[in-house]
Order: sequence, then C-alpha cells, then structure tokens
Amino acid sequence: MTSAVIPARGLADRLTTLFWRHPKLLLLLLIIPPLVWLGVIYLGSLAALLLQSFFSIDDFSGLLVPTFTLKTYAELLSPANFAVIARTVLMATAVTIASTVLAFPIAYFAARYARGRWKAAFYLGIMLPLWSSYLVKVYAWKLILAKEGIVTWAATATHTDWLLNAALSLPYVGGNSLSTSFLGTFVVFCYVWLPYMILPMQASLERVPTSMLEASADLGATARQTFWTVTLPLALPGVIAGSIFTFSLTLGDYIIPQIIGTSAAFIGMSVYQLQGTAGNIPLAAAFAVVPILIMLAYLTLAKRAGAFDAL
Amino acid sequence: MKTMKLMGTAVLAFALATGPLLAQVTAIGAGEGEVDIVAWPGYLERGESDKTFDWITKFETDTGCKVMAKIANTSDEMVTLMNQGGFDLVTASGDASLRLVAGKKVQPINIDLIPSWSKLDDRLKNGAWHTVGGVHYGVPYQWGPNVLMYNTTVFKDPPKSWSVVFEPQNLPDGKPNAGRVQAYDGPIYIADAALFLMAHKPDLKITNPYELNPAQYAAALDLLRGQRKLVGRYWHDATVQTDDFKNEGVVAATSWPYQVNLLLGEKFPIASTIPDEGATGWADTTMMATTAAHPNCAYKWIEHTLSSNLQSDLSVWFGSVPVVPAACSDKSGQQTADGCKANGADTFDKIHFWTTPVADCDQGTGACVPYHQWVSDYMAVVGGQ
Repeated sequence: MTSAVIPARGLADRLTTLFWRHPKLLLLLLIIPPLVWLGVIYLGSLAALLLQSFFSIDDFSGLLVPTFTLKTYAELLSPANFAVIARTVLMATAVTIASTVLAFPIAYFAARYARGRWKAAFYLGIMLPLWSSYLVKVYAWKLILAKEGIVTWAATATHTDWLLNAALSLPYVGGNSLSTSFLGTFVVFCYVWLPYMILPMQASLERVPTSMLEASADLGATARQTFWTVTLPLALPGVIAGSIFTFSLTLGDYIIPQIIGTSAAFIGMSVYQLQGTAGNIPLAAAFAVVPILIMLAYLTLAKRAGAFDAL
Repeated sequence: MKTMKLMGTAVLAFALATGPLLAQVTAIGAGEGEVDIVAWPGYLERGESDKTFDWITKFETDTGCKVMAKIANTSDEMVTLMNQGGFDLVTASGDASLRLVAGKKVQPINIDLIPSWSKLDDRLKNGAWHTVGGVHYGVPYQWGPNVLMYNTTVFKDPPKSWSVVFEPQNLPDGKPNAGRVQAYDGPIYIADAALFLMAHKPDLKITNPYELNPAQYAAALDLLRGQRKLVGRYWHDATVQTDDFKNEGVVAATSWPYQVNLLLGEKFPIASTIPDEGATGWADTTMMATTAAHPNCAYKWIEHTLSSNLQSDLSVWFGSVPVVPAACSDKSGQQTADGCKANGADTFDKIHFWTTPVADCDQGTGACVPYHQWVSDYMAVVGGQ
C-alpha cells in the first residue's frame, strides 16, 4: 500500500499559487517598474528642477548659492523677463486660436465627407509633414519667408506686395521681412503644430452622431444654429485637447524663434541660454516652472469644460 | 632611471587624479595609449571630412596615443563637459578658459616639457585668457578676428568704422542701414559695443572692453538698444548668417573669416575689414584637465599641435590664424602667407581677445559687471527692452 504521491512542485508552480492566493501581490509587482519610472525619474527630476529655482546666483562670483530664497522668482518678474513670458504666452494664444480656425474646416471635412481614398489621402496629407525632420521644415520656412524668398517674389509678381509691406510695417509684429518678424514666427508655429490640432478635432467630430444633426434639422434649427448648439459643444473636448497640444508646444519651443523671428527671446530660448551660456541654473529653473504653472491652470480650466470626460 | 621617471609620473598622475593639486607635470613618460580631447567642430580632422586635411593619423602612429575626440558646439558645453570630467584636453576659447581656471578644472602646463613653445607667437605666450598670475594654464591653439563683413556692391570702399552697424545712417548706396545689418547673438557682443565707445566716447574712460564698470556698461547697453532697431535678426550660426547675406538683404555685419571664405567660395560679392576702432577676436587654448587620466599622451599632443602640419592645415580648414607664425610659410601644410593674411594674421594689434568678464577686475574688487549679468541684459536688449 502506498499513498498517492504528490509530485514535487517547481518554483514557477509555487509562484503561481502565491499570486493566485494574493492577487494584489502580482499587481504590485507589475506596477512597480512604471511607478518607479514615473515617480523617481520623471517627477523626481521635475522636483529637482523646482528645488533649483529656489536657489540663487551670487552676484559677484556667479556661483550657485544653495540656500532657500525667493529672489530668483522676484527676478522673473523684472520687466525684461516678464516681457519674455508675456511674449511667449501671447504667441501661444495666437497660434492656438489660428490653428483652431484653420483646423476646424479641415477636420470637419475629413470626419464628415471624406471617404475611402479621400480619407487615406487626408491622413497622408496631415501625417506626411510629421514624418520629416522638424529642423528641415523650419530651415525650409526660413528660405520661403526670406526677403528675397518665394513669398516676396510671388507677392511682387502678383502685384500684391503692398499687402505684404503693409503687414510688415505693422508695429511690433512686423519687421524687415517675414523671416525676421514675429509674423513669420507665428506662421511657422501654426504650420508645425497644425496636425496636432486637426487629429484630435477630427476624432471628436467623428463621434458626433449624425442622428443628432438630423434631429436638430427636423426641429427646425438653421445650419448655423445646429453648428453653435450641437456640433461645436459636442466637438469641444477635441478642440480643447488639440489646443492643449498647440498651446503647450508653442510655450516650450526654443528652436523656431531662434531661426525665424527677431531673435527676441521666448521662454524656451531663455531657459536654454540661461542654463548654458550664463550658468544661471536657478533663473533657468524658475523660467521652466512658468509653463508648468500656466499649463496646470489651463488643464484645470479644460477639465471644467469637460475636455477629459471622453477619456 | 627611466623606471624612476615613469614611477614619478604615475605617482603624479595618481595625485592629480585624486586631489585638486596645483602641481604640474615634471617629466613626460611613455604614452598611455589614448588621449581624450574636447574640441570645436573642425578642430580635429583625421582625413574623414576631406582626405587632404589630416593632422591626427600621423600623431597616432608616431606616439601610439589614440585621439578620442568629443565635439562641443559652444563654450558653455565645453565648460560643462570639463566639469563632468573624463577628458584630458580641451580647446577652450577665451570666454571659457578663465572659467575653467577659476573652477580649478584645468592644471598649469609645464612649458619646459614643450620644445616647440619657443616657436609660438610671442604676443600669445602670456595671453591673459590662459596665463593667470604668471602661471600658464594652457598652450595657444589657434586665433582669429571678428571682422566686419560687407557686401562689395553696396560698399565700394571698405567701411572705416563699426558705426555702420551701430548707428542709424545711410549706406553708400543711399539707402538706410536699418534692417540691413546684423549683430552677434551672444552676450560677449557687449564688448564690441564697448570697443566702439572706447574710440568714440573717450570720457567714459573704457580701457578694456571686457572690464566695464556699471557706468561704462550702461553706455554700451544704450548703444546696443539703439542697434536693436537696425537689426532684423541676430546671428549665432555661421550658415544662418551666410544665408542672411544671400537671401535677407543683409549687407554688413560682424563675422568670422570662415563665413567670408564661405561666401567668397560661392563668388558672392563680399569682403571683410577691421575698422579703425579695432575689433574683438577669439583665441583658443589647449588646456589640460586637473584630473587628466592620460597626461603623457596629453603633453605629446600639445607638442604635436605646435610642431606638425596641424597649425598650417587647420588654419586653412577653419579660416583661422596659426599660433606658430612660421606655419604660414614653412610649407608644413597647405597654408600660405597670403592665406594667413586673408584670415587676419596682420590684424593682431587691433584685436581685443575674448575673455570672460569677471566682477574683480583692474578697476577694483567687484568693480566690474560680471558675465552672468551680461547674459541676462543682452537677452533683454535683443528682446527690445
């Protein structure tokens, strides 16, 4: 008589049992790597940055003084630095508004009317520019907008150069040529970030049920009424999602204003110059905190508007 | 005896690697097999960009020291890299070299161990950007002026003053200079304004454009604020500047011989001059890290920079001037006396070389405006403030 022998269990077997008995343990093991990534590497570096902004630079030696002070933040509000922030926020706002206006008809057409091949062509048209290098595009725009570039040439050829000159003679945004004015910076920002506005907008427009538009028409609403009271409110989350992209990307960019524009600093350029050329890490960190605060406020407002309800 | 020497070097290398010691190498031993150099783009060529420009291969075969290059694009990148450590040498410009000395990141050089030191241009041997308190913290590598580049269809005669880029006026073709001149997009450019004032506002008593007291500094900033209205875009990238001369209608700007040669190569109507006020310029220095792991190879490389074809070929490649005057004509490389002249060799006496502005200057302790303030103020000027 021998009793039944239970075969010896391997490590894998025992682990399986352990996880089956304590499902939370498995969850914990799986979630630790991403948590470490997010918590230590991502938020940790942000915290280190934030910490730097509370230090200051010794005026005589230019060395970092690691004692807590709000001096650096006070410096941020000096007229010159405040102008940088105001300039960047204004540009980001203008770019976002222009992108919305430009993107809406495109997204609407793509979501409602484009079918089959048209749809493929549409996606290709939007995505293709994203596949080429950002720097190549920006340098290409520098040539397009140059004083002796194709835009000026086309304007002269069509006798519309008075229009171009009028735009360039505008105070503040104008300049010697499109490529050396805020107007040019604005055009290139719009071009580069437009796809990021179109894609979420199109996704949300596709989710607007046709039945609602039909119901609206059946109840006697005009096309304009339908747009303002049905289509736009339903598509708003997509518009806001897109605007988060265009706004935050413009807020942080430091390449475009370096190559196209008047050389006047934007937030990203200031951070770049301050941490590099000046070795003024505290002020660079304080500058870097500004877009974070602006975006936090923006996201809070967006949340209230229901931009994240569909997530 | 040789072993003794070797041991001595090894001990010294160890001491150098462990503590911030201000001692210098006393003898060169056998090479360690490699040398790590932080350099400007174009400074270390081994025939890969162009077969005729190679000043590394022969050094490697002769000494057995493999040259490991790390390219840095700005002075600040260089300072950062040297602060991080792991490199033996750096080709530092004057706006970085003193920062490295002050930060104790580079060690004094024993010039007795460099036979070719005597071949150096006498005027560079004690340059303030590498010699501190009589101690040499580096060996000159190459220099060049910041010239006034101008379009020859607009200027039939070379402009005599920097005022064409600083003050509103009509250029020889009768049209105003607004929007047709450029300035350098770096805080060190404040020194160019100071240099201009040095000649035109003697009552400010500026003697050194890199040592400015608050009053002199404010005057320089005022001049630059006026210039902002004339400048469409500031340049910091050589290709962007040549492009602006070709497509943006820019006709006069501060520039480097490099861009002048580039545009001349494209048959563009361009020339350069050093106006009556003189000019600023850059002088680069090979400096050795305090923690250099390969001091013997480093010393061998420094000697090589002065004694081989490097000076001659590099000055052709980069549009700069050799620090060994003989390299212009001794046929050690491709440079010729005319080529040296075109790159500004005769202009030495008119040049005020880039140095990092520090608070403690000849005018007194804390009397001058330090560099980090130059940075934020220049950003404000460019931003139209």
